[in-house]
Amino acid sequence: MKITSKLIILALSSLLLAGCGTTGGDADGGGAAVDDRSTSSGASGGAAYAGEELNDPNSLLSKRVVYFDFDSDSIKGDFRDIIKVHAGYLAAKPGESVVLEGHADERGTREYNVALGERRANAVRQMLILQGASASQIQTVSYGEEKPAALGHDEEAWRLNRRVEFVYQR
Amino acid sequence: MGRLFYKGLVGFLLSLFLAGQVHATLTIEITEGIEGAMPVAVVPFGRGEGLGSETLPVNIARVVSADLARSGRFAPLSEKDLVARPHEPQDVNLQNWRISGVDTLVIGKIRSDRAGHYVIHFRLYDVFKGEKLTEHVIPSTRGGLRRTAHFISDIIYEKLTGQRGAFATHIAYITASKKRSKMRYSLNIADADGYNEQTVLDSPSPLMSPSWSPDGRRIVYVSFEHGRPTINIQEVATGDRGVITRYNGLNGAPAWAPDGKSLALTLSKDGNPEIYILELASRKLHRITRNGGIDTEPAWSPDGRKLAFTSSRGGKPQIYIVKVDRNKAIGQPQRLTFEGNYNARAAFSPDGRLLTFVHAVRGAYRIAVLELKTGNMQELTDSYLDESPSFAPNGSMIIYATNVGDRGVLAAVSVDGRVRQRFAFQQGDVREPSWSPFGKKPFSSK
Repeated sequence: MKITSKLIILALSSLLLAGCGTTGGDADGGGAAVDDRSTSSGASGGAAYAGEELNDPNSLLSKRVVYFDFDSDSIKGDFRDIIKVHAGYLAAKPGESVVLEGHADERGTREYNVALGERRANAVRQMLILQGASASQIQTVSYGEEKPAALGHDEEAWRLNRRVEFVYQR
Repeated sequence: MGRLFYKGLVGFLLSLFLAGQVHATLTIEITEGIEGAMPVAVVPFGRGEGLGSETLPVNIARVVSADLARSGRFAPLSEKDLVARPHEPQDVNLQNWRISGVDTLVIGKIRSDRAGHYVIHFRLYDVFKGEKLTEHVIPSTRGGLRRTAHFISDIIYEKLTGQRGAFATHIAYITASKKRSKMRYSLNIADADGYNEQTVLDSPSPLMSPSWSPDGRRIVYVSFEHGRPTINIQEVATGDRGVITRYNGLNGAPAWAPDGKSLALTLSKDGNPEIYILELASRKLHRITRNGGIDTEPAWSPDGRKLAFTSSRGGKPQIYIVKVDRNKAIGQPQRLTFEGNYNARAAFSPDGRLLTFVHAVRGAYRIAVLELKTGNMQELTDSYLDESPSFAPNGSMIIYATNVGDRGVLAAVSVDGRVRQRFAFQQGDVREPSWSPFGKKPFSSK
């Protein structure tokens, strides 16, 4: 199976689209959600969420993947903003729920990689909760190295596989 | 004593195609000079009465040669180098064989006593001593001929090495392939040489960590079919299957206790991945590790008294060992691996003396073996993405997963590292091999 850049683009596109279910079209969140969880600074995302935000390509909400360094579950700076926005969204929309899928690159043993994927998903989960999401809105699952986004045996493929994906349940 | 030397390089490609059956092509690579491998001549078996012009589906001598070569302990002569082709004892001239440098000679004959039924008679000679070591007469159906060849290899192997042969055993493994642009995962069983593959489970979701029960009747594995990992057990003969654990979080790395009554496994329901023992009859769960790191991939010692496992409690994954008694951990786990910054997924040899595991040095993931008594470690492979090592039930070989080109394939290496083989399955990415236990021994070796 040769890796072509087409395949990677396809894979990435399908990942980005993965979270988009049918459009909710609900109007329950008309006003700015009053967020009493003052520990969260992320509630500044307190702009109104009407229902299409998840599908808006200009919004950070359309970013559904957080990437990680090798053998690490630390969330790097760039991705904190993405998580913050998702936290704000979840905080504002208590009816929404998301599954965080944790993954690892192929190096190392498979079961250990399932544990590593879980660590990554948990790290994102923790940060979401700290920033306003409710624990009941978040589920985690780890696929370890079993569902790679990029098929390949090089640094680029490995980088793309060390990830947590936001899969909104709609 | 005559010795034959093979200096490195590719041996011979065996590809017997059985019409209508999926098989693997087994490439035998002899990676070093097999000094010390016993030269043996396996003469193509003769055709006896009742066969007529019938074509037999299996060349028994060829299967036996391949089996013996695979073990790393024998160097079979290629057919063109055979000095004679006797089938009966009266045609055997051991003096001539001695001159040709072989230590052992195998001859045989097949006849048919009725349609679809055969009788195979073979004899094993010690060329140097000039005497017959054993002979057997084995009945077989047409479909059982290949299995019979493996039984013959087992008898020869045990007679010559004193160790039980593992040629009539099986392997289980996972194959991932793309079917109509969707991934499919299957749990497969094949003969130990890759032949006669059968799919016992087919799923659109990942399957992992297959492992044979000690009685060879069941396979435990991890399945993602419910959207998250669960541990399942399946009866090999019937295909009946059931979920064993489906706790929140991880359900993984199941390992059968030697008595078949419990599983060691990994759960993260209590906060992070830990090792537990699950009693199968009562479903009672016993926690074995308590540590903030990742603890996973438990492996039982053959006496059931110890568990080796992977732990990141020291920062990076290393192999640890803990004593267990009546499902309780005794004392603190002790670290076993100190070389390299990644050691994981241990498996005990059947005699309990060795551990095989994945050992990484500078980004290359290899199969290594650790002698428990001395702490000596040896790398057995020199590739980059090796994993999932599993011992043969006689401890002579280790099967593992590796990559060739872009595909996952299975490979095997003799425990001394001398002989390496690759299985080239016809499709998909093959991974996570598990070697079956011995089956029932149909013959006693005299």
